[in-house]
Amino acid sequence: MFSFCSDPATLDGARWLACYLTTVKHANLYVAVGTVLLLLAITAPAALAFGFGGAMAARSRIWPLSWFGKGYIAIVRGVPDIAFFLFFVIALDQIFEVIRHKIKCPDWPDEIWQGSDFVVCQAAKLPLGNSPQWVHDTYGFFVAVLTFAIVFGAFAANVLYGAMRAVPRAQLETAEAYGMSRRQSFWRILVPQMWVYALPGLSNLWMVLTKATPLLFLLGIEDIVYWAREMGGTALPRFTEYPHGDWRMWYFLALLVFYLGLTKVSEVALERVMVRLSHGQATTGGEAQRRAA
Amino acid sequence: MSCWQTVQDYALRSLGHGERLLPREGYTLCEHFTLIGSGMIWNVYFGALALFAGFFLATVVALGKGARNPLIRKPSEWFIFIFRGSPLFIQFFFAYFLFLSLKSVSPIFDAFTSAWLGALIVLFLNTAAYSGEIFYGALRSIPKGDVEAADAYGFSGLRRFRKIVWPTMLRLAWPAYTNEAIFLFHSTTLVFFSGFPAWQQRGDALYYANYFADKTFNPFVPYPILAGYFILLTLVIIGIFGAVNRHLNRHLPQEARRGLRLRLNVIR
Repeated sequence: MFSFCSDPATLDGARWLACYLTTVKHANLYVAVGTVLLLLAITAPAALAFGFGGAMAARSRIWPLSWFGKGYIAIVRGVPDIAFFLFFVIALDQIFEVIRHKIKCPDWPDEIWQGSDFVVCQAAKLPLGNSPQWVHDTYGFFVAVLTFAIVFGAFAANVLYGAMRAVPRAQLETAEAYGMSRRQSFWRILVPQMWVYALPGLSNLWMVLTKATPLLFLLGIEDIVYWAREMGGTALPRFTEYPHGDWRMWYFLALLVFYLGLTKVSEVALERVMVRLSHGQATTGGEAQRRAA
Repeated sequence: MSCWQTVQDYALRSLGHGERLLPREGYTLCEHFTLIGSGMIWNVYFGALALFAGFFLATVVALGKGARNPLIRKPSEWFIFIFRGSPLFIQFFFAYFLFLSLKSVSPIFDAFTSAWLGALIVLFLNTAAYSGEIFYGALRSIPKGDVEAADAYGFSGLRRFRKIVWPTMLRLAWPAYTNEAIFLFHSTTLVFFSGFPAWQQRGDALYYANYFADKTFNPFVPYPILAGYFILLTLVIIGIFGAVNRHLNRHLPQEARRGLRLRLNVIR
């Protein structure tokens, strides 16, 4: 990248490091960091939407819907999350392919699960065998996001369900007294007020979500863990212009520091949101703000 | 092959006893249950030992974080921040490669690169940090009157801590600590996916569940079995911790006793 990088063998110290860290190979690592941030940016709203749906289902007066909502919350919470990650990635993939198989090849004679093989017709493969590499990558990323959204949606559903019940009953009774329907009081009274109760739980969830991102590695994505292992490994002079010993320890130390930084930034940002949300609420936080003003 | 034969062959497979080769074909339901159950031995081993050892360090860290002297407070705060602020998964990787580099310095570190010791140390420090934060919170919410009453009766120093502060701290922290325990057992499943090698295919429950899912391309059997085992384990933990909770609250009037309110959590 820099002009003095043309002959790495003659470099030393900081210059060598500057050249080493800007090789094309390292760009992969930086892209992977971007992938993590992208995953967070997509998953957080998606999980919140799943959670909102789950909480609404659990509150529903229609019992199959309410059972579904409560079941969704309960099952995902009782089992190690990582098991869910490993499960959903294969399960979602197979479900998509089976559905496509049923639509595209209705007269396929064989069973789909043949002993220890999973066979669908060529046209039902996802992504199609002849599609370019980026489609495969994007599809893998999409399945990962969906998996994260399903698992974290259950946790968010639990938090939001609790928050909806934490809104003082008197507020809803007032809404009813003003003649609002159940739907109106839900959207106009309950939803705007529940966030201040939900925020501690949601910020906790956000912290957990940021710390779950390295699990992308288990979902078969070439993420930061993958690249840190790749690049940290002993590099022999025969294969690279920048030979070094086993530096995986230092790469993972860098990742550790990256995540600590992410945690610190989130803590500060979430504290600000909490101050903002407490404004004008009937809570001790809101009361303290009112006194101070 | 009868199911009993399978149990004999594979029940202690995760410890290296019995049949050496993992099942190669057939993959009966019995084999699923036996092998995944065998792997649970490791999950229980990691969880139980880390929790037990972590309990003592957590008490020390909580007291340290509550100390007035910054020389004691700052290290405790940093310890808690580092282990709570970064993913356990990365901690495992870092520790593994750290031990690997130390191994070339001195052969003392040989054992640390294997999961039974290396991963146990990471889990121990990790749970100590999480529990330390819980205990610290409980320490700060001990009713003022309790401590004043202890002062009035002439308790001081270590005796006041052992007889009044510590039991009250445990009582207040216990529901959250139960969640932490469940959470810790769940996170033991990460061990064999994070650098630490499963020597001679002696892995934990998730390792074997993953093995079956990879071989049969059917995730719908091994993972629900794994889930079933973990739900059972969770129920056992709730049972044990519930009994301790009743013991800690036995002096309170029936009405005021606090039941365990469980809030399970995800990966750390």
